Amino acid sequence: MMRMSINYDTIFKKYKQGRREDLIPLLQDIQDVSGYLSEETIIRAGAFTGLSTTRIYGLATFYDQFRFIPAGRIHIRVCNGTSCFLNGSQAVMNKIKEITGLNPGETARDGIFSYEIETCMGGCNHAPLVRINNKYYSHIKPDHLPELIKKLRFIIEND
Amino acid sequence: MVFTIQVNNKKISAEKGETILSALNRHGIIIPTLCRMKDFTPTGACRMCVVEVDGREKLVTACSQPVEEWMKINTHSPRVINARKTIVELLLSNHPDDCLYCDRNLDCELQKLAGELNITERRIRSRKIKPRLDQSSPAIVRELSKCILCGRCVRVCEELITSTSLDFINKGRSTHVGPAMDRDLNFSSCISCGQCVIVCPTAALHEKHNIAEVKEYLNKPEILKAVQYSPLVPAGIAEEMGFRYSRDFDRVLNSVFRKIGFDKVFNTGTGTDICISEIAGQLLERIKNKSDKPLYISACPAWIKYAEQFMPEILPDVSTVKSPQQITGSLIKTVAAARAGVRPDKIFSVSVTPCTAMKFEARRDGMMRKGISDVDTVLTIRELSRLIKLFGIDVTNADPEPADEPMEGRSSVAAMAEVSGGMAEGVIRSVWFRLAKSEAERQMFKKLRSGASFREAAFNTGSVEISVAVVDGLTGLNKLKEARASGRKYDLIEVMTCPGGCINGAGISSMNTKDEKKNRAKMIWQADDTDAVNLPEKSPVIINLYEKLIKENREISDKKIFHTHYEKRDVLL
Amino acid sequence: MEDLKKILVEKVLLYESDVLPPETESILRQIRREKTTAPVIYISSGTSSIISGSEETWSAIKTYLDENSLKTDLVRVGCQGPANFEPLVCIQLPGKNRLFFRNITGEKVDLLLNGVFHSDINEDDLAGQQGTRGFEMWPGIPFIEELPFFAHQKRIVMNNCGCYDPENIDEYIARNGFRAFAKTIRHYTFEEVCDIVERSGLRGRGGGGYLTGLKWKQALNTGSLSRYLVCNAKESDPGAFTDRTLLESDPFRLIEGIAIASYAIGTSNAIIFFRKGSEHALERIRKAIGKAREYGVLGNNIFSSGYSLDISVRREPGAFVCGEETALINTLEGKRGMPRLKPPYPTTSGLFGKPTVINNVETLMNVPVIMLNGPEWFRATGTESSPGTKVFAIAGKGRMSGVVEVEMGTSARTILEDIADGIKEGREFRAIQLGGVSGSFLTSENLDLEIDYETLREKGIGMGAGGFVIIDENTCMVDLVRHYMEFMRNENCGKCIPCREGTGRMLEILESIIRKPENEESGTTLERFKGVMQLDSIASVMKDTSLCGLGQNAPNPFMSALGNFREEFEEHIFDRKCRANVCRGLRTFSIDVEKCTGCTACASKCPVNAIYGTRLQPFFIVEEKCTGCGICYDICKFTAITVK
Repeated sequence: MMRMSINYDTIFKKYKQGRREDLIPLLQDIQDVSGYLSEETIIRAGAFTGLSTTRIYGLATFYDQFRFIPAGRIHIRVCNGTSCFLNGSQAVMNKIKEITGLNPGETARDGIFSYEIETCMGGCNHAPLVRINNKYYSHIKPDHLPELIKKLRFIIEND
Repeated sequence: MVFTIQVNNKKISAEKGETILSALNRHGIIIPTLCRMKDFTPTGACRMCVVEVDGREKLVTACSQPVEEWMKINTHSPRVINARKTIVELLLSNHPDDCLYCDRNLDCELQKLAGELNITERRIRSRKIKPRLDQSSPAIVRELSKCILCGRCVRVCEELITSTSLDFINKGRSTHVGPAMDRDLNFSSCISCGQCVIVCPTAALHEKHNIAEVKEYLNKPEILKAVQYSPLVPAGIAEEMGFRYSRDFDRVLNSVFRKIGFDKVFNTGTGTDICISEIAGQLLERIKNKSDKPLYISACPAWIKYAEQFMPEILPDVSTVKSPQQITGSLIKTVAAARAGVRPDKIFSVSVTPCTAMKFEARRDGMMRKGISDVDTVLTIRELSRLIKLFGIDVTNADPEPADEPMEGRSSVAAMAEVSGGMAEGVIRSVWFRLAKSEAERQMFKKLRSGASFREAAFNTGSVEISVAVVDGLTGLNKLKEARASGRKYDLIEVMTCPGGCINGAGISSMNTKDEKKNRAKMIWQADDTDAVNLPEKSPVIINLYEKLIKENREISDKKIFHTHYEKRDVLL
Repeated sequence: MEDLKKILVEKVLLYESDVLPPETESILRQIRREKTTAPVIYISSGTSSIISGSEETWSAIKTYLDENSLKTDLVRVGCQGPANFEPLVCIQLPGKNRLFFRNITGEKVDLLLNGVFHSDINEDDLAGQQGTRGFEMWPGIPFIEELPFFAHQKRIVMNNCGCYDPENIDEYIARNGFRAFAKTIRHYTFEEVCDIVERSGLRGRGGGGYLTGLKWKQALNTGSLSRYLVCNAKESDPGAFTDRTLLESDPFRLIEGIAIASYAIGTSNAIIFFRKGSEHALERIRKAIGKAREYGVLGNNIFSSGYSLDISVRREPGAFVCGEETALINTLEGKRGMPRLKPPYPTTSGLFGKPTVINNVETLMNVPVIMLNGPEWFRATGTESSPGTKVFAIAGKGRMSGVVEVEMGTSARTILEDIADGIKEGREFRAIQLGGVSGSFLTSENLDLEIDYETLREKGIGMGAGGFVIIDENTCMVDLVRHYMEFMRNENCGKCIPCREGTGRMLEILESIIRKPENEESGTTLERFKGVMQLDSIASVMKDTSLCGLGQNAPNPFMSALGNFREEFEEHIFDRKCRANVCRGLRTFSIDVEKCTGCTACASKCPVNAIYGTRLQPFFIVEEKCTGCGICYDICKFTAITVK
């Protein structure tokens, strides 16, 4: 997840002011660029669409896509859909908690790892499925994780 | 079109287009509801009003389902009663069990429902919601563990008040109601009007209590305890305590206060008269200078906060005159203090109002003089009723007594100021009296007394023409904006946050019907018709204050104590 | 290319007769690669294929072809369906039947292509040949259509999937694409189209099973200046991937379906509400819409018919409840996705208060063929109450999994035993779950049930959107039901009391059954039993009173499991036993003293210090402290630890 300073004007240019129905695409565009929704984003989105900050925040917290803290440099997504569940996703989740100490939705203090649970990534035949940044890892077993995470951490730290 | 439907095996008539609930209520069949608010469209959130309809697989909600001819409805079948009971039991399963300590004990809709549905055992247990208490606002307290997520407060704050300070946050079992960024109320755009408190069925939202503070000071003999109360308070207390109000009670209340332990009892109405008088003076000034800017009346503190947040550009046009409560308070700490020979810092001044926003107002920067607040604490009418009960005073057995001088009386327009349109009317009548030297005809004010959210009228004294706009409930601000955008000019604009005016403030009992609101206003207008003292200019109390007490007191003769200032607020809008 | 576009539009789409002249047919055959001089290699490239590594396969093949200077057409196609075969590579040598090779990852490419181009086909990875008229058969190689996976399917919706490049509109048109749309807007009125679809008996494939044509008529007959058509491509159900596979394999078909549906209800505004997270599929559909605009299939005054249409795509921001119609409408309006009261129904007052029709992807993909072949043709497939086919996403513990399309009326047994080829690793069958997270279970008693809307409804089972999850003996039904309830508790919108509080309470009770009790009071059998009785009563009130389908159907897995697997629940409650050894709180481990070497590996890893012993002597697990986590079981190199 890249954290860049956002040029709000380029994003807002695509939309007409004051339209509530543009709110979600607007927030999605901002999150695509910055990786999360900061307080400033929410205030600006509210000013642009003519809605109170309370409404924007209430809306954004309803949907899973929106994050309010930046993701880590290594963002782990574990699928907890039916097929993955039947094939042992719980064990994978427990292992990740054990190794990184993170609960779902959290980002580590040093900003390297973050972890979230997805309800279904649609790779049901590759269960249990884990996605780390943009790469998919299928048929993950808890034993695979220590090695994999160590490798990824090494790559990031030596980048 | 009227047709027949069958309810509980009896035929009743129903009109096409109405809901089942409306048809049932007309025939005296009561169905429990929880999320419903009169005058608002139904949302179907609580599911309490479900009824059984023949031919439908599932139960349907009576509040939203339109009637159909030949519908067969059963309102109290075992299946329906079981459903309602289970729903309330589910709510109770994660509701705190502290009814006896709760602010709404005996006045809680959930408690009432549990009683009506005969819930006598704790069948469903659950992990309770983690308690979260938000006491940051001076006027309103949020107790999230008691919230049943009916959504009434969210709707009222958006549809009635337009500040939209509350919304649902998250989803699923972690849903809760909160202001922007889930911070506390004091960071948000909440204007403390308390309309959410009125509609909340439980104690999830209630007013901040200042009774403990008052009790503490009542125990201090070295402090002069002064109290002021607004003209509505006597009628409000009668409603709260459940007895019939008559005008004698106004004076009985004075003795009740003394019995509680207050040394001095004053009438906020005096301050209202001064407020009207001062604003009239400002208006005359503007008319003389042919100013084309309107003068906004500033008596509603929730409106002032709203303007500071959302409309800072009009602040230069808002009258700097303080509200009646603050004016009376400032007089207590100066004139009354001097009279009693007491230093202002040895006075504890309490104000009783029908308003929660006044708790916020009392703490404002600009409501102090030399570091001493005009008003120390504000109690709502509800709190006063508790105080009266706490001190075991039998109000029906108390004798009438006069209030203390020099703020012992008021004109009838002072009472009208608590009805929407009333203060504007008072100002205009005062101006008229000063210019035309005669009284304005009541007929002229009919337009300002109607029930619309935006009203306007023009008055011609012969020498000047004054146009007035009244915004009744903040939803009327849009209409004001439209009118001004289309070129209309106003000299005086009154804005009240609570629809109908202070008579529907958050400090009095819960939700009133449109008729109950109208009745309170009617009583006040009737009194105005018959009272001899119907203008500040005619009130001996006011004349005395202006001619003697204020003029002769060097410290306040410049009348600066009657004025305050406003500033743009930096809150999460 | 300009000329080809012109030819396709004028000589194919706008051609008046159903039968095309031979010259045109010849061009189309070429586009369909039925007449080639060079070999063609097709690589499946849906999201599922990509996860399996099909992009590496593509690069490897490209490298091979470049290095060997081979003139070969390399085409990315959609998904054929069988997930076990991914990455699927199909090689077509000129004049001969296509050969399908399965699981061709990057490193296998060289070996495969060497073999094929030197006429030495490696049979290990060969799945079969596809019999095509006019092409030469390969001797001794089985036909892929005869594999049980394909033999029992009837592909009406999926007939193009995996057969053409989903980014190439010419290929779609060459397959009779967009002809139905062109015919519809130039020769039929709105009412006629609704009528045809209603007569065909097409029912909503998203789970509701409502007559599509009827829904369109309701919207059309509601007076309004504008209406909306929304294609629900959200596919909320975890465990479902049919819609995504369909639309990334045959996006133009979906566009055509949306176009015809929009015409039928008289609107120029169509919106695709797209599933979160499938960036690849999103790209596909966006490109396809772009191409359709280029060819004049979308835009103003399409084909001079006077009809205008454009399709916009909205990405859904992630909420299961938005699969519900009114919640979806609220999301499109920029509000929290909380369902609204019905009535009014969306067809009367929906998006922005206008009549709105929300249709599922699979439903819409049936529409072009109905318009092309007529309603009677459609009725000839399937059953009386449910004509046509149904696409299922087989997942779970079957040997074969993936996306399949069967005729309505096929039995679950056929799908389980023939198409999915039974249970992996020879394990015992427990149940099939239809309908995703709010679906019921089919056990061995009703495996022969004909799958159609009415038959299932009579048994109290919902068809669902296409989820078909196969469950074996290694799954604890109680834990599975708990998992679903946890999902419902997190995903419900929070508006109505029975669902919000009911799911929470039901989850707590289910958790108490599978966990070790924390204290005496909550741990008694009586408490657990009372809890299960409550589950029943809460479930029935939830079904009866919840505002929307989520709450009304959330108790289904529980009620179905309780009905079919009662003993398993009782074992958990009374015997504190989990027969599948899944519930950690109910299992304890013990050390076999014969096998234990005292290496202390388990004791050092035990998170609750429940393992005692002296080095080099057999160790011992204290049952009361054991939380059943299984760390010791996983770590023991001597298999000395067993589940009690």
